[in-house]
Amino acid sequence: MSEYLAVLIFAVVGAAIVLFTFFLASLIRPKNPYPAKSVNYECAEEPIGPSWFQFNNRFYIFALIFVVFDVEVIFLFPWAVAFGQLGLFALIEMIIFIVILLFGLFYAWRKGVLTWV
Amino acid sequence: MSESLGMLELARVFGWLHELLVDTGLGEPWVTIITYAVLAVVVFGVLAVLALFLVWWERKIAGHIQQRFGPMRNGWHGWYQTIMDGLKLLQKEDVIIATRDKPVFFWAPVICFVAAFLAYVVMPFGKDLIVADLNIGILYILAVTTFTVISLLMAGWASHNKYALLGGMRSAAQVVSYEVPMVVSILVIVLFVGSLSMQDIVTAQSGNIFNWFIFRVPFGPIAFATYIIAATAEANRTPFDIPEAEQELVAGFNIEYSGMKFAMFFLAEFINLFTVSAIAVTLFFGGWNGAILPSWLWFLLKTCGVVLLLMLFRWTYPRLRVDQLMRFSWKFLVPVTFANLIIGAIIKYAGWYW
Repeated sequence: MSEYLAVLIFAVVGAAIVLFTFFLASLIRPKNPYPAKSVNYECAEEPIGPSWFQFNNRFYIFALIFVVFDVEVIFLFPWAVAFGQLGLFALIEMIIFIVILLFGLFYAWRKGVLTWV
Repeated sequence: MSESLGMLELARVFGWLHELLVDTGLGEPWVTIITYAVLAVVVFGVLAVLALFLVWWERKIAGHIQQRFGPMRNGWHGWYQTIMDGLKLLQKEDVIIATRDKPVFFWAPVICFVAAFLAYVVMPFGKDLIVADLNIGILYILAVTTFTVISLLMAGWASHNKYALLGGMRSAAQVVSYEVPMVVSILVIVLFVGSLSMQDIVTAQSGNIFNWFIFRVPFGPIAFATYIIAATAEANRTPFDIPEAEQELVAGFNIEYSGMKFAMFFLAEFINLFTVSAIAVTLFFGGWNGAILPSWLWFLLKTCGVVLLLMLFRWTYPRLRVDQLMRFSWKFLVPVTFANLIIGAIIKYAGWYW
């Protein structure tokens, strides 16, 4: 497990380096905020309404399809690693698995989900 | 516990550090922790220098493609221009938006950088130059680098800016769409190596140059083509840079960031560029395998070659529209990569490969 310690230490050291540079910058940079400067940028126009608005719900649909395929890929990784020992049964099994999921993709395609309006 | 450090391949290079720490009489967990921490700082230094070099290189290439010179004033052909830019960003005022989401706004650049940095735990720089050869290597890289999406969404949301929110959402949709073809094209290689460890993938391609996966027809070149397209999209680079389309979204998710926070996004972007190129080299171009020259130099030269390819993409292709982008991923790349996976599995089962 000591190898996975490297991951933790890299995360901590990486964050520490970034925070240290922020601290370093805060020592030498000027600080002069005023109301007009702290308004969000909208090409020099006064912003109208809140910026946390409703966005296109297609983003959610693509995220849903992605979740399906990403979980599938997680199932495929152990199969790919062990494929050398598994033989014909694993090959046919996994082809059936992939074809079923591609049918799902095809269904979404025909329903017009993949077309960005 | 000392043999656990023996498994650490870089400890051979940094053996003197390990012995120095043991001589001070520290307990065992601390020796390992301090060794890794020093390695982390060293890797950061290497990456910072690489990123500065890549920014300068990209500006020179852009300049010459557009029939101008690029940076010329600071040193020979402007070689220390990016160092001066970094020093300038360090002195810049941190412009703060009154209506921002405070903690999310602050942590987004940190997470963006850490996500890019963590991939280098398992990067095989050379024969013995790897921080920790995790047995889930390539899966770990995929898992960790995807955190970048979260940081982009955080930055887009927390800025309380319409352009930033749109840029963040677009980049999430794009990265998520191109994640699937990228992972499946990597799966073909994993299928033939039979291991997820980065060093095993490299050693599987040792010996003859035709052992590189790029030359193993038909699945190798197809996997490389789909991987490099998906990787360009993952790194948010130009044919696929709608998240930060300068002309329509001004700068996308990082529009409200200034000073050092902006610099961190910029640094993470170039580290990601180097990461995807290094993965391409490891998977398809034999990693550090090569004759005469030392292994780390081969790795660096090959990676710079792939980076050059990505830079030429950036400066010679026009930007795609968002609908073309989604269509290309889901209606072309996903079916092609899955077909390639099935073909690869049949070839592997039948033994029609070398």
